[in-house]
Amino acid sequence: MSAISLRGARLSYGDRVLWDGLDLDVEPGEFLAVLGPNGSGKTSLMRVLLGLQPLSSGTVSIAGGNHAIGYIPQQRALDQSMTLRGRDLVSLGLDGHRWGLGLRGRRERRVRVDAAIESVGGSAYADSPVGLLSGGEQQRLRVAQALVGDPGVMLCDEPLLSLDLANQRVVSELIDKRRREADTAVLFVTHELNPVLPLVDRVLYLVGGRFRVGTPEEVMNSRTLSELYRTPVEVVRVRDQILVVGAGACEEQTHHLSAEAVS
Amino acid sequence: MTFFDLLELDFVQTALIAAAVLGLVAGVLGPLVVTRKMAFAVHGTSELAFTGGAAALLLGVSVGYGALAGSILAAVLLGVLSRRESDRDSVIGAILAFGLGMGILMLALYKGRASNKFGLLTGQIVGVDSTDLNLLVVSSVAVLAVLAVIYRPLFFASVDPDVAVSRGVPVRALSVVFAVLVGVATALSVQVVGALLVLALMITPAAAAMRVTASPLRATVLSVVFAEVAAVGGILLSLQPGLPVSALVTAVSFVIYLVCRGVGAVRGRAV
Ligand SMILES: Nc1ncnc2c1ncn2[C@@H]1O[C@H](COP(=O)(O)OP(=O)(O)OP(=O)(O)O)[C@@H](O)[C@H]1O
Ligand SMILES: [Mg+2]
Repeated sequence: MSAISLRGARLSYGDRVLWDGLDLDVEPGEFLAVLGPNGSGKTSLMRVLLGLQPLSSGTVSIAGGNHAIGYIPQQRALDQSMTLRGRDLVSLGLDGHRWGLGLRGRRERRVRVDAAIESVGGSAYADSPVGLLSGGEQQRLRVAQALVGDPGVMLCDEPLLSLDLANQRVVSELIDKRRREADTAVLFVTHELNPVLPLVDRVLYLVGGRFRVGTPEEVMNSRTLSELYRTPVEVVRVRDQILVVGAGACEEQTHHLSAEAVS
Repeated sequence: MTFFDLLELDFVQTALIAAAVLGLVAGVLGPLVVTRKMAFAVHGTSELAFTGGAAALLLGVSVGYGALAGSILAAVLLGVLSRRESDRDSVIGAILAFGLGMGILMLALYKGRASNKFGLLTGQIVGVDSTDLNLLVVSSVAVLAVLAVIYRPLFFASVDPDVAVSRGVPVRALSVVFAVLVGVATALSVQVVGALLVLALMITPAAAAMRVTASPLRATVLSVVFAEVAAVGGILLSLQPGLPVSALVTAVSFVIYLVCRGVGAVRGRAV
């Protein structure tokens, strides 16, 4: 059974159609990168999968339901004055949804939370107030929070944002390891494909109401992207990087990708 | 009468029990209220407890029940009308102003003793009778019992709503339930410290505790301790000089807050 399944899915706000006729099956252990310019509906797709946003038509299902989801939200800094340590944030991902005071099973929780924090290399700051941590440190704890719940599906909304190159690698390898070891399906929204290119099985590319699903080779080529953007787009492969060069719509992408390639 | 003679008096003992119970409830709720940025909502709810109490006076029923009804109504209204966090402040402002006006109107229409009118605003714990005490204890147990069941998801929803929703936590329903709990606790506090000073028991101790620790559990324990010291200590201090209870409760609570701010600032610099 597929981990995520969308059938004839359509999402529109008023007359604005974000996507229509989307059939998508993501298998356990598959890594799907979701690409597209700002406002193309990537976060909205996440919200549909989380059950926060009803589809305009079509069906969506997630194996195991919401409790099987590990979600890394598109980054928004946590409140500075919040009475919450890194380890508290992570432990909420484990059993924060369970009724009760959460006083029982504290020892087992501690062991699992410590292990998750250790796996993202966050032990040094796990006891600091989360609001005071840097964006990258918060992001790593977010990854730990999603991993600790033993997810069957991971929904990651731009998890590499505000991470330096070394930490981009750490985070994407952690997520990759999880899906290899536990067969977790991964939906990975990103503006930068190159850092995760070796991990990606398939790409979902959304542009202005149109979309394409396929392997990186099938989607990331001049013909397909030109069709999607409806303007000439040049895709160049330099060593193991993909460079997208084109007009208007994908300026940001170009910028990111070329900066990436230079470094 | 000496201080110890005063302690022997029935009404003083009732007052101390009432204060201790309230300190516990307010202290437990406080950190959640502060985290959810609901200080103004608590203030608004307490004003409407005053309105409910005034209505009860006019109708000739117990002020305690009136206050309870007023703040629960307020809590539900706030929960329903302010779906988005961004318009909560203005919704509270609008309801609060209207409610306070109604309360004053009803007090003006009431022909009873003047001290009854004053007590609703500034608290009259020394006037708490055994019926009120029963209501207070029963309601407090109910609040704490509900809280014990919903605590962890409620905490999740308060600090990390997006991820909480993603894990299936009923964030919106919990926020209405929590508003009702706060409404009940507020109505109870109104009896002790008065509508104008509820913040001193529910917000100040929690805000103080959150200055000195980042651990949610420790913050809650400290908040309870501070609220108890303020409530019980305030009453004890007020006995001998015969000063208003509410003045001393708020003073003690504010001193604790200042000390914690100081400690927090010194530590912040040291780290
Ligand atoms: N509840 C809503 N009602 C109306 N329009 C909405 C709603 N939510 C999102 N939109 C619109 O839908 C579009 C897609 O938004 P979405 O957040 O999914 O974009 P995105 O692909 O994640 O963009 P970004 O790269 O900037 O994160 C945006 O133009 C947004 O304004
Ligand atoms: Mg987005």
